[in-house]
Amino acid sequence: MTKQRRNDKATQTWSLPAAERLELLRMMIMAREFDAAMLRLYRQGKAFGGVYSQLGNEAVSVGTAYALDRTADVLFPMHRNIGAHFVFGQDLDTLMVNHLARAGSQMRGTDGTGHYADPAKRIYGNVSHLGAMIPVAAGFALASRMRGETCVALTYIGDGGAQVGEVHEALNFAAVQRIPLVLVIENNQYAYSTPSHLEFACEKLSDRAIGYGMAGVTIDGTDVELVLKTTQDAVARARRGDGPTIIETLTMRMRGHAEHDDFSYVPKEQLEEWAKKDPVERYAERLITDGVTTAESVAALRATTLADMIAAIDRAVELPWPDASEGFRNVFIDEVSA
Amino acid sequence: MIMTYLEAIADAMRQEMRRDPSVFMIGEDIGTYGGAFKLTKGFLDEFGPGRIMDAPISEAAIIGAAIGASLNGMRPIAEMQFIDFITNGFNQLVTVAGTTAYRWGLPVPMVVRGPSGGGVGGNPFHSRDPENWFVHATGLKVVCPAFPADAKGLMTASIRDNNPVIFFEHKGLYRKIKEDVPEGEYVVPLGQANVVRPGKHVSVICYGSAVHMALAAADTLSADGVDVEVVDIRTLVPFDEETVLASVRKTGRAVVAHEAVLTGGFGGEIVARITEKAFRYLDAPVVRVAAFDSPTPFAPTLEAAVLPNAEKLGQAIRNVVAF
Ligand SMILES: Cc1ncc(C[n+]2csc(CCOP(=O)(O)OP(=O)(O)O)c2C)c(N)n1
Ligand SMILES: [Mg+2]
Repeated sequence: MTKQRRNDKATQTWSLPAAERLELLRMMIMAREFDAAMLRLYRQGKAFGGVYSQLGNEAVSVGTAYALDRTADVLFPMHRNIGAHFVFGQDLDTLMVNHLARAGSQMRGTDGTGHYADPAKRIYGNVSHLGAMIPVAAGFALASRMRGETCVALTYIGDGGAQVGEVHEALNFAAVQRIPLVLVIENNQYAYSTPSHLEFACEKLSDRAIGYGMAGVTIDGTDVELVLKTTQDAVARARRGDGPTIIETLTMRMRGHAEHDDFSYVPKEQLEEWAKKDPVERYAERLITDGVTTAESVAALRATTLADMIAAIDRAVELPWPDASEGFRNVFIDEVSA
Repeated sequence: MIMTYLEAIADAMRQEMRRDPSVFMIGEDIGTYGGAFKLTKGFLDEFGPGRIMDAPISEAAIIGAAIGASLNGMRPIAEMQFIDFITNGFNQLVTVAGTTAYRWGLPVPMVVRGPSGGGVGGNPFHSRDPENWFVHATGLKVVCPAFPADAKGLMTASIRDNNPVIFFEHKGLYRKIKEDVPEGEYVVPLGQANVVRPGKHVSVICYGSAVHMALAAADTLSADGVDVEVVDIRTLVPFDEETVLASVRKTGRAVVAHEAVLTGGFGGEIVARITEKAFRYLDAPVVRVAAFDSPTPFAPTLEAAVLPNAEKLGQAIRNVVAF
C-alpha cells in the first residue's frame, strides 16, 4: 500500500541560494555513491557486517541534517542516514575505518558500521536495538537545556522501529518536558520484509503527534528542499521552547533490507512507481532546469565522488584489524583514563 | 551522627547535589511527594524542579534520558520507585548504558537506584532482588550496601563514578537499622569488601540483607564456640575477590549467602572463584544459602518460608563446620 504524497506545495514560496542548493545535491550524491561503493565492496566479498543501502532516502538524511546547526545541535543517525554524517562534516576516511572496524576505528573494533560516536562532530550513532536511542537523544537535549544552552537533538526511526515501546515513552516524555527533539519517522513502506499495514493501523504515523501533544507532519521524503524547509520549521519550534516534532517522510526502500535480501516480496510496480521520484535524479534535473548547474557538472561530480568513496574504502580495507587486546579494554571507563 | 539507612542515602545525594551542579534526580513522585519512601523529602524545596524532575511512568524514558544527559556532561540519579520496575528499562541499561564505554570510550556517569528486597509483604512485584541480572550484563557496576554508613559512602562513590552504577537499597533496612554515619563528605570506594566481623572457624560471604542474617547467626553460634567471620562484599561489580579469598584461606570453610534466588545468583560466582583459587585451603564444600527459586510470594507464611533467614543460615554454617 503506497501512501500518497502530501504538502508538496510548501516550497513554492521559499527560495534557497544557489550555493546551498548545490551543496544539498552534492551531499545527496555522496550518500548515493557511498551506497554504490559499499555495494561494490559487498560484491567483492570484502564487506564486513551488513550493507544497508539507503537508496531512496538521500533527501531525508541530507535535508533533515542540513536544517541543524552543526556547532550547537546534535545528530543521532540511524542505519540509512549516511547522508546526515556527511552533512555533519564527517570525513571519508574516519567514516570508512569506523564502518569497516579497522585499526584506528573510533570504536576500536568493538562495533562497526555507522554505530560510532564522534562527539567533536556532534554525531552519536545508533545501537542495533531500534528505538533505544530516542530516549537517549531526548536526555542529551534536556541536559543542554539544564545548563541554559539550546541544543536540538535530531534522530530517526523507521516505519517498523516506530512500533517499539521505547519510542512511545521517549516521545511522551519529550512532549511533557518540551524537549527540543525532532524525530524523523522514515516511512519507506517496509520493515525488513514486513509491509507497513502489518506494522501500524493509523493512516499517518505523524498523527501520533496529536496524542502526545506535539507537532506532527507527513511529507514527501523525496523532495530535499521540502524536507529541509519542514525540518527548519521543526528546529525553530524546538529552539523556541515549543517542544518536539514528528516529521514522517514518505519514501521507498529501493533495495533489500540489506544486501543479502533479494526483496522479491516487494511488487515490481511499486518500485517502478517510486523510481520515477528518485530524489537525487529529480533534484539534479531541477537544478539543471533552474540553471544552477549543468548535466555535465553533475555527471562529473558523481564520477569524482564515487572515485573518492572507492579510494577511501580501499584505504580502509588495507588497514589491519584492531589488535585483539582491544577486546579486553574499556568495559569500564576508568580503564580509559588509567 | 546517628542515621537510618534511608537518611544516609538521602544525605549522600543531598551533599553531592550541593557540591556538583551537574548532579540531578529524575524519577516518579520524587518531587512534591518526596518519593514513595519519602527518601527525597525536602529535595524539591532545596533544589527546585529543574534538578528534581518528576517523570511520567516511563522507566525506559527515565533511564534513557539519564543516559543521554550523562553523555552530555550531567550526572543523573534515576530513581526506580521499586527496583522491580527496572525491568521496564532493562534494554536501556543492558543495551545502551552498559555497552557505551566499550563501544564509544565515553563516560556514562549515572546512578539508577531504588528499593529492592523482600521480607516486607511486597508481593511478587515489589520484592525482587534482581542485582545479579546486571552483573551478567557487562559494563554496569552493582552496589548493595548493608549499613547506613556504607550506604552513604557507596552512594557518594557511585555518583562520582564515571560508569553506570545500579544501586540496590534494601527496603527492609531503610528504617530498621541506625548507626553513626560520618558527617560531611564520606566516600567508600566501590570494589572493597569489608570484614564486618572477624572470626576463625568459617567465613560467611554475603551482601545486603544477608549480612544482617549472618551477624545474627554468628552471635547465636558464638555461644556454641563457633567463631564466624562475616565478609560483606558491598559491591558485586567490581568484586573484591582478594578479601574473600584471604578470609577463606584463613578459615578454610565458607558459606555464601544472599537474599536473591539461588540459581544463577551471585553466590554461584563467589563459590566458583573460591574453588578455582583457594581449593587447597578448603576443609569443607562451600555451601550457598539463598531464596528458593520462585517469585517472592505475598502471604507472610509463604514469604518467610522461601526467603533465607538467620536460622537457615545458622544451620548451614553448623553443617559446614561439622563437615
Ligand atoms: C528492537 C529490534 N528488533 C528487531 C531488530 C531487527 N531489525 C533490524 S532493522 C529491522 C527492520 C527495520 O525496519 P524499519 O524500522 O522500517 O527501518 P528500515 O530498515 O526500513 O529503514 C529489523 C526487524 C532490531 N534491530 N531491533
Ligand atoms: Mg522501513
